[in-house]
Amino acid sequence: MPLRVGEKDFSKRMKTGLEDAFMRGTVRSAQEKLRTRKQTSSEELGDWEAWRTLGEEIRSHTLEHLDYYLEQLSDKVAERGGHVYFAKTAEEGNAYVQQVAREKEAKKIVKSKSMVTEEMSLNNALEGDGLEVVETDLGEYILQVDDHDPPSHIVAPSLHKNRSQIKDVFADKKGYTESDNANDITRFVREELREEFTNADIGITGCNFAVAESGTISLVTNEGNADLVTALPKTQITVMSMERIVPTWEELDVMMSLLCRSAVGQKLTSYITALTGPKAEEEIDGSEDFHLIIVDNGRSDILGTQFQSTLHCIRCAACVNVCPVYRHVGGHAYGSIYNGPIGAVLTPLLDGYEDNKDLPYASSLCSACTEACPVKIPLHEHLIAHRQIITEKETLGPMPEKWAMKMFGSGVSSPKLYRLASKQANCVMRPWTKGSRIPKGPEPLKAWTNFRDLPAPASERFRDWFSNRRRSTFDE
Amino acid sequence: MNVSLFITCLGDMFYPNAGKATVELLEKFGCTVDFPKSQTCCGQPAFNSGYHKDARKVAKQTIQAFQNSSYVVSPSGSCVAMLHEYHHLLKGEPEWQVEAGKLSAKSYELTQFFVNVLRVEDAGASFHAKATYHTSCHMMRLLGVMNAPQTLLNHVEGLEMIDLSRDYDCCGFGGTFAVKMPDISKEMVDEKMRCIHDTGADILISADAGCMMNIGGRMEREESPVKVMHIAEVLNHTEAR
Repeated sequence: MPLRVGEKDFSKRMKTGLEDAFMRGTVRSAQEKLRTRKQTSSEELGDWEAWRTLGEEIRSHTLEHLDYYLEQLSDKVAERGGHVYFAKTAEEGNAYVQQVAREKEAKKIVKSKSMVTEEMSLNNALEGDGLEVVETDLGEYILQVDDHDPPSHIVAPSLHKNRSQIKDVFADKKGYTESDNANDITRFVREELREEFTNADIGITGCNFAVAESGTISLVTNEGNADLVTALPKTQITVMSMERIVPTWEELDVMMSLLCRSAVGQKLTSYITALTGPKAEEEIDGSEDFHLIIVDNGRSDILGTQFQSTLHCIRCAACVNVCPVYRHVGGHAYGSIYNGPIGAVLTPLLDGYEDNKDLPYASSLCSACTEACPVKIPLHEHLIAHRQIITEKETLGPMPEKWAMKMFGSGVSSPKLYRLASKQANCVMRPWTKGSRIPKGPEPLKAWTNFRDLPAPASERFRDWFSNRRRSTFDE
Repeated sequence: MNVSLFITCLGDMFYPNAGKATVELLEKFGCTVDFPKSQTCCGQPAFNSGYHKDARKVAKQTIQAFQNSSYVVSPSGSCVAMLHEYHHLLKGEPEWQVEAGKLSAKSYELTQFFVNVLRVEDAGASFHAKATYHTSCHMMRLLGVMNAPQTLLNHVEGLEMIDLSRDYDCCGFGGTFAVKMPDISKEMVDEKMRCIHDTGADILISADAGCMMNIGGRMEREESPVKVMHIAEVLNHTEAR
């Protein structure tokens, strides 16, 4: 599955989202639950703002010295007998995995949830080589079984489905016959997946954070699937995007606290796995062969730009969980595996503006996302910066808007023009005015009056009242 | 204390009564109020839409309009937050940036000015009604005004304030967002309206003209019985005893 998913046209994707009352109900209740849980668990930590500041400092320090830490990580992994490969592009990364799979004569691959491999369309590449790839994160597995339905949330990829829909997916595709009770469904999936784990030749995981000082990769799951993916197959491949790194275990501790609480409102998740290279001789579990692929795929182009802090993102989805726009349109509307506010910022950076020019506008700039971000990415500011580039550099903004803004700029920077225009407003709008309101305005007010009344411009502006009042005060 | 009013374009043209109440309130508490005539709009529509060249022109115009003021007070939280953005907007023009800094340092949203500068928590108003308060995103998150409106409203005699659920959620205005993404905006304002109706309040109070226009406009269309009022009008209200 590539970075971009679904229907090409934003307005169609948005409409589909808005019309899906079922999905909206599910998303709404999930948001409310996650938001409350996050609130409670972050309050427990004490000064949440101080934690955020620390998180931001760690992320920005790491990015400022990214080359140093990547080299350290790479050396440490190699010291422990692992192989490290730096992939400039998605294709390079895929080719490396394909190469390893060929060498191992692999047939079946089990995966733990990984967004960067989604971004690379790794599964497609491997399936093209005739390999069977099985997603083992429950949410990802549901989507895979449901004819590769795209993910709609960063942490909970199948958030848009409820359990009765999930039951139907398994009934249709896997012959599931039991109830839509979550325990029943989970038991069924667990049995299905157990087979897959034991028969797999290669395990592929993502990486929540790599620890540079020890060459360790860490994984956060609530289902223990990453443990099985990394412990059972003989070969393990971890794919990480280049920014998912911390200097030492001390920073890992902080980042884990921020991640788990921001994502699902837990102090820690049920399983936090830390792996350093392939298994040592005396160890019982673990892979015999370990590969770490560090993927750039457009990220180094973001370094050093005004958008650098976008790379602070730890994929917790706190921004998604508070976004009122996301709540109404759902994750698929963003047309990217990265959805919600972070998706609207990141997708145009990785995939260009041409196909994603609507995303930065799918926000009311309420800045709830910025407030929620545990590593202080100024998301709403980045959205405005994107808009500036779209309108002023890429000139992709619609012509009428451009002219309107030009007129606005000239009009309100000239007090005389402004005074004249605002004085005329009441008169000009009179044909459309009914009482004190305008229920049906002409273009460009139509989009507004389709759903709302517009108050009629006052016959006496404030400024007129003020100067008359002063005059009469003086008269007395 | 000399106070210059920044009434904002929406306030000037659509909500003059909020402006009038602002003047009377400030005067009631001993301020001498003036209205620099060359003021227009804060430039937010152009800024938020990405037309920064046009927004810069407007910002300079506003800076000049208030150059001689010692305090600038506005009955619109979002527009005051925009004044604080001028510093970023004028990056690359150091002299203007200095001026932008001076303007934001002396600018206050009305309730913020009352509580933080005048140290007034009780405006001496009386109003017998059941009301709820709509929090403007920009006023709360960008300007950081969290408690001032509630503090003042809690002192209004006879006013019963009812909490608004999901008060942290945007009403869907977002300036040009409301017209660029009207379908999403409509769903957002509808959700806001449902929350407002759930309170059983007769009055919705807001400190932001943009939100008032959006929520009020939608409520009028849906013939909601709830009346929308600017916080200045409520704080300036007195009932004969």
